[in-house]
Amino acid sequence: MNSGGFRRLRAIASKERLHIVRDPSTLFFAVFLPVLELFMLGYAIDTNVRHVRTIVFDEARTQESRSLLLRFTNSEDFRIVGEVFTDRDLARALVSGRARVGIKIPEAYSRRVQSGRTGQVLILVDGSESSVAAEAVNVGGAIALSESLDRLLEGRRMPVEARPRVLFNPDTRSANFFIPGLMVVLCQMMATMLSANAVVREKERGTLEQLFMTPVRAGELILGKMLPYLGLVLAEFCMIGLLMVVGFGVPIHGNFFTLLIVALPFYLSMIGLGLAISTRAQTRDASMQMTIATILPSMFLSGYVFPLDSMPRPFWLLAQAIPTTWMIDVARGVVLRGAGWADLWLHAVVLSAQAVVLLAISAVLFRKRLT
Amino acid sequence: MIAEAPDVPVIDARNVTIRFGRLTAVDAVSLDVGHGEVFGLLGPNGSGKTTLIRALCGLIPLASGSARVLGRDAMRESDAVRAGIGYMSQKFALYEDLTAQENLDFYSGIYGLTASQARDRQAELVDEVGLAPHLKKRGAHLSGGWKQRLALACSLLHRPRLVFLDEPTPGIDPVARRDLWDLLFRLSAQDVTLFVTTHYMDEAERCGRVAYLYLGRLLAVGTPDELTRWPGVTPAGSRRVEILGGDPAAIFDRLRDREGIVQVTIFGRSVRAVVEAAISDRSLADELNGAEIRPSWPTLEDVFVTLARAQETGGRP
Repeated sequence: MNSGGFRRLRAIASKERLHIVRDPSTLFFAVFLPVLELFMLGYAIDTNVRHVRTIVFDEARTQESRSLLLRFTNSEDFRIVGEVFTDRDLARALVSGRARVGIKIPEAYSRRVQSGRTGQVLILVDGSESSVAAEAVNVGGAIALSESLDRLLEGRRMPVEARPRVLFNPDTRSANFFIPGLMVVLCQMMATMLSANAVVREKERGTLEQLFMTPVRAGELILGKMLPYLGLVLAEFCMIGLLMVVGFGVPIHGNFFTLLIVALPFYLSMIGLGLAISTRAQTRDASMQMTIATILPSMFLSGYVFPLDSMPRPFWLLAQAIPTTWMIDVARGVVLRGAGWADLWLHAVVLSAQAVVLLAISAVLFRKRLT
Repeated sequence: MIAEAPDVPVIDARNVTIRFGRLTAVDAVSLDVGHGEVFGLLGPNGSGKTTLIRALCGLIPLASGSARVLGRDAMRESDAVRAGIGYMSQKFALYEDLTAQENLDFYSGIYGLTASQARDRQAELVDEVGLAPHLKKRGAHLSGGWKQRLALACSLLHRPRLVFLDEPTPGIDPVARRDLWDLLFRLSAQDVTLFVTTHYMDEAERCGRVAYLYLGRLLAVGTPDELTRWPGVTPAGSRRVEILGGDPAAIFDRLRDREGIVQVTIFGRSVRAVVEAAISDRSLADELNGAEIRPSWPTLEDVFVTLARAQETGGRP
């Protein structure tokens, strides 16, 4: 680039920086809103099922039935919220939503257990929340199994015992799992929206037309607009990273700088996406809607909300094409598993390739709009 | 830099045709503009004025014809062309959240000026347009007239040889308008060529030459004097009169459908009409209860109205 090109680039970048500083609503939007969302989502989301509201109908009222119920109470999974005395009340408690699980121990329970026959326990599970239902069914089965084994072994030692150990996130805390992904997605939204707005605002004001009449080239304009926003997004990324450690106590097992370096091509992609949007959108409202339309698939298909492994093949393939999928894996890898360059080089290559493709597309679209 | 041979026209358009899909926005327009001219382009909204300017800046490809600006091909050498032209639009495309000084700095950078070049040139222009007391104000807080001067200063930073002014004075008060034109004439005296589009007839009359663009076609080019003397505007066997005294609206109503009256318009307290030779001033005065009849001359507006009507009715002017 010649010196005139460099001066043009610098003029655009410093003007764009002034726009950022002078526009309090954009600054608020860019800096404060992601932090607010981080706190809301970080504290609210807990994918682990605990303390499921449970109602009990104990018809037997014997020592055996009480010891079984004690097992339910002792598990962290169930919380007994009341007792009923008829089948109808049990059903009603579930329909009304007072309880998600109903346990009924029939009158014959103790007699059957003592006489060596199978003592049956009814566990009613509200299926309207699938994760709660699955957990309740599993844990209910496990409790019955351990009660049975205790009775069969009569004090002898268990022949086999599984000792699961959850690596990288020993307490299976949701925050540890969610916040690295959230950090990626929040900054992605910011990158796309800000860069789309940066061009659409000039369209609305008519200044873009004025710029087209000057010797400035499309590449200089794009690069000059991108740099300040890239800086802002990476600063926000670092800030959320800091809040993640300080505010939520999520330890970073790997090197944060590795994460930041891989994030660079990713956010370039997202800024490129915003520029591509800006060539289509005529107003800021339209660009906002288009941005949201790109955010949704990258939230639901990237493994941020739903696990990639359980996705049908075509969707899994689609997910691989979305940069967010790779970036979230990097963020979780670095933060939770302590992954380094040996594990992440492929991610870096793929994200850089995606950045090149997206920026090239947006530059071509932009150039077309120019003429 | 751009060749400065005085015999090469600053704008040389030959049969410029621009199409958007099936619509022909500019239809075989030819015109040339020489050094230091103040050239006015007139025409109703949607007649293709802005499209023509954009084509001359190399932003829109031509369907056919050729456009050379400052001796260069507008499309193929658009970088060189844009380095030598200034452009100011009706929107005064300034950044409202930036101060006047910051707007000047931005455009200095955009035109590739070094820091010292920018400082000297800005000082010159600020002095010329009298912007000094307003440099620290944000664009949004400047009045229309000051916005316009700032926009003009921004478009002159790189000492362009040709400046396009696309409707430079909408919604600007008359004093600011006159000031702007004084500025423009000073520029023209420095051998800067000005290409101005406007709706205002008084602005058109200040131009050295004017062209009238109607629905993409160039209907007339010439000095305002030449155009008003054009015979077509007052058909053979008729003359222009001004009628004073009496109620203009009533006179207008009586003459509108009278035989022998080619055209009639209310003009403030008077009525102007094109009257066939068969009707004498005396008989017209008697008919209108002794109103005063005076000879009158066509204005540029009369010329353009006549041209536009002739186009609408399909006749050649």
